Amino acid sequence: MDFLIFKAPMLMVQASLDGILLGILFALIAYGMALQWGVMNIINIAQGDLVILGGYIAYTMYLAGIHPAWGVIVSPIIMFFIGWALYKLVINKVVDRDLFISILATFGIAIVFQQLMNFIFGADVVVAQSGYGTTMLFDNSVTLPNSKIFSAVISVLYAIGLVIYMRKSKLGRAIRATAQNARAAKILGVDTERVYAATFGINAALCGIAGALISITLTLHPYVGLPYTVRSFMIVIVAGLGNLPAVAISGMGLGLFEEFADYILGTEFRIGAVFMLLVFILVYRRFKLSKKREYLK
Amino acid sequence: MNKIVKLFITSISAITLALVSFTSSFAKVDGEYIVLGSAISLTGKYSSNGVHTQNGYNMAVDRINKMGGVKVGGKSYKFEIIYYDDESNPKRAAQLAERLIKQDGVHYMLGPYSSGLTKAIAPVTEKYKIPMVEANGASRSLFTKGYKYLFAVLSPANQYLEVAIDLAVEKNGGKPVRIAQAFEQDAFSQDVRLGILDAAKRTGSEIIIDDKLPKELNDMAATLAKVKATKPDVLVVSGHTKGALTAIRQISEMKVDVPMLAMTHCDAAKLSKQHGKNSEYALCASQWHKNLSYKDKFFGSGKKYDKDFKKEFGYAPPYQSAESSAALLVFKDAFERANSFDRDKVRDALVDTEMQTFYGNIKFGPGGQNVAKPMILFQVRCKGDTCENKVVAPTKWASDKFYHPIPKWSERG
Repeated sequence: MDFLIFKAPMLMVQASLDGILLGILFALIAYGMALQWGVMNIINIAQGDLVILGGYIAYTMYLAGIHPAWGVIVSPIIMFFIGWALYKLVINKVVDRDLFISILATFGIAIVFQQLMNFIFGADVVVAQSGYGTTMLFDNSVTLPNSKIFSAVISVLYAIGLVIYMRKSKLGRAIRATAQNARAAKILGVDTERVYAATFGINAALCGIAGALISITLTLHPYVGLPYTVRSFMIVIVAGLGNLPAVAISGMGLGLFEEFADYILGTEFRIGAVFMLLVFILVYRRFKLSKKREYLK
Repeated sequence: MNKIVKLFITSISAITLALVSFTSSFAKVDGEYIVLGSAISLTGKYSSNGVHTQNGYNMAVDRINKMGGVKVGGKSYKFEIIYYDDESNPKRAAQLAERLIKQDGVHYMLGPYSSGLTKAIAPVTEKYKIPMVEANGASRSLFTKGYKYLFAVLSPANQYLEVAIDLAVEKNGGKPVRIAQAFEQDAFSQDVRLGILDAAKRTGSEIIIDDKLPKELNDMAATLAKVKATKPDVLVVSGHTKGALTAIRQISEMKVDVPMLAMTHCDAAKLSKQHGKNSEYALCASQWHKNLSYKDKFFGSGKKYDKDFKKEFGYAPPYQSAESSAALLVFKDAFERANSFDRDKVRDALVDTEMQTFYGNIKFGPGGQNVAKPMILFQVRCKGDTCENKVVAPTKWASDKFYHPIPKWSERG
C-alpha cells in the first residue's frame, strides 16, 4: 500500500486524466463488443486481436511513410471487410449455437490471428511515432501526451457517429430490430444474415480504429490482444449490452480504477485488481440478475 | 483386398519406424558428424530472438566446419544441429528436450532462447546427464540449483545493471543515490532487480520507487508520474523489449526528467531506430558489443563478426546471436580437450573451460555461469537523426565518455 497519491494533489490530477483518456479508448473497443454480443449473442474472445491487427495496419502505413494517424480512417475500412469475411467463414456457423461454442470458435480465431500477425509482422514490439508532442498543465506538473488526447477525441467522434448511424440509417434500424428479436425481424423482411455480417464488420472496424490509436499511444505486439478482450468484457458486463453512455462511463471508470489501483496497491496489482473487480461484479450481478432480457436500444 | 493393403501399409510403417528409431539411437556422433540438439523458439512471442539465436548457432557451425571441424582422437568431425520449434512455450520445450535425447539420441544440447525456457529444459538435461551449453538464459536461479550439466556463456542477470548503480554513485561524488525502479514480473527482470538491490545495499543507496510491472502491461504512465513527483537520481527499467520501448515512449511524451536512465534490451528493441532522438542518453546493459577487444581464431574480432554476420543474414548481430555463436566455440574446445565423445568426459572438460572468444572470456563458476566476462554498458548517442550505441563502461573499452546528467527535456531540441 502506498499513499503517495494522496500527498501530491497533482499526482491525483495526472492519474485521473490518464485514466479517463485511456478509459475512453477502452470504451470504444467495449462498445464494439457490446454491439455484436447484443445482436448475435457472441462473446468475441478475438476482440483484442482484432484491435492489434488494426494497429498493425496503421503501423504498416507508418513504415510506408504515411502518418499513422490516417490509420483511424484506413484501418476501420480494411477491418470492416476482414470482419465481414470472418463472419462468412466462421461466425455464421456458430451464431445460433450456444455461447460456449462461440467462445471456443472465437478463441480459435484469436490463436490463428496471433500466429498470422507473428508470421507477417514478426514478434518484435513496435511503435508508430505520431510526433504530436505534449500538453503541459499546472506549470509542467501534469503532462498529457497529445497522442492520448487525440485518441480520446477520435474515439468520442466515432462513437457519436455510430450512435447517429444506428438511429437514423436503415441498416442501423435493422441491426436494432435484429437485436430485439431476430425471428420477428426476419419475418418482417430483415435480411438477418446480412445484418449479422454487417454487425461483425462494424465491430471489427471499431477495433481497427482503436488499434490505430494504440499504435501511436502504446505499443504493439502480436500477443498483447488478450488484455483488451478482458477489459472490454468487463466494461460490457458492468454496462450491459444496449447502453452506449453506460459503456462510456464504465470504460472511463475502469481506466480510473486501473490508474488508482496502480498508485495505491502497486503496479504489480494493476491487472490483478481488474480481474478482482470482474469477479466481484460477476458475483454481484448474479444476485441482481433480473429475468428481463437485455436488448440493444 | 482392402484389409491386405492396410496390413501391408501398417507393417511397412512399423518397419520404417523401427529402422528410424534404431538408426537414430546412434545419432550422438553420426559418421563424421557430432549431432547437437536444440529446442528453439521459431514461432510464438520469442520468435525474433529465437531466430537471432539460431542464426548465431548456424553461423558458428558453418565457420567451425569450414575451418577444419572438431578434432577428436586424431579424426576431424563436423557439427550438426537438430532443431525443433518450441513455440516459445516452456512445456513444449521440455517435451522437445526429452524427444531430442530419447528419440533422436542427442547427447549434447544447446540452449533455447530466454531464461524461462532454459529453466524448463535444464531439469531434463540434468536427468539424462546431457551436457548443455546455453547462451540465452541469464536468470540467477539457473545457477543456484546445483545443476552439474548446465553451462552458460553469458553473465547472470543480476549483473546486468549493477554497474549502472556504481556509475551513478561515482557521478554523485561517491555519495549514495536515490533509485527509482520498474521491473517486469518475470524471472529475468526480477533477477536484474535483485542485482540492483545488492548494489543499493552495498552503496547505501535508497530505493524510493520499486514497481513491478505485470507482463500484460504496456502502460507505465503511473510509474513515471511517481518518478516525476519524487525526482530520483537514477531510473532503472527492465521489461524485455516491450519495457524498453514503452519506457522511452512515455518518458519522452510525459517529459520526465531524470539525471540517469538505465535499461536492458535496448538493442533487441531497436530502441535507437524506433524512437530516434527520444532514446538519446539511455544507458543500456549488454552482454556484448562489437567494439570490445576480445579475439579468437574463428571469428577474429567483434567487428569482423559483425561484418560477417551482416553479410550472411542481412542485419547487424544483436548480442543474442554473438553469445549463441560463442556456445559452439565452447563445445568445440571441450570436445578437443576431452578427446572423447564420452558425455561425462565432455562435461568435465566443460568445467575446466578457460578460453577467450570474440564474445569475451569464458570460464564457468560452480553454478555453471560465466564468471570471466563483465557486463558492459552503452549509451545511446545521436548525431542529427542517426543514433548509435556507444560503449561507456567499463572504462577499459569505453569509446565515448559517459554523458551525465541527461539534459532536461526543455533543453533538448
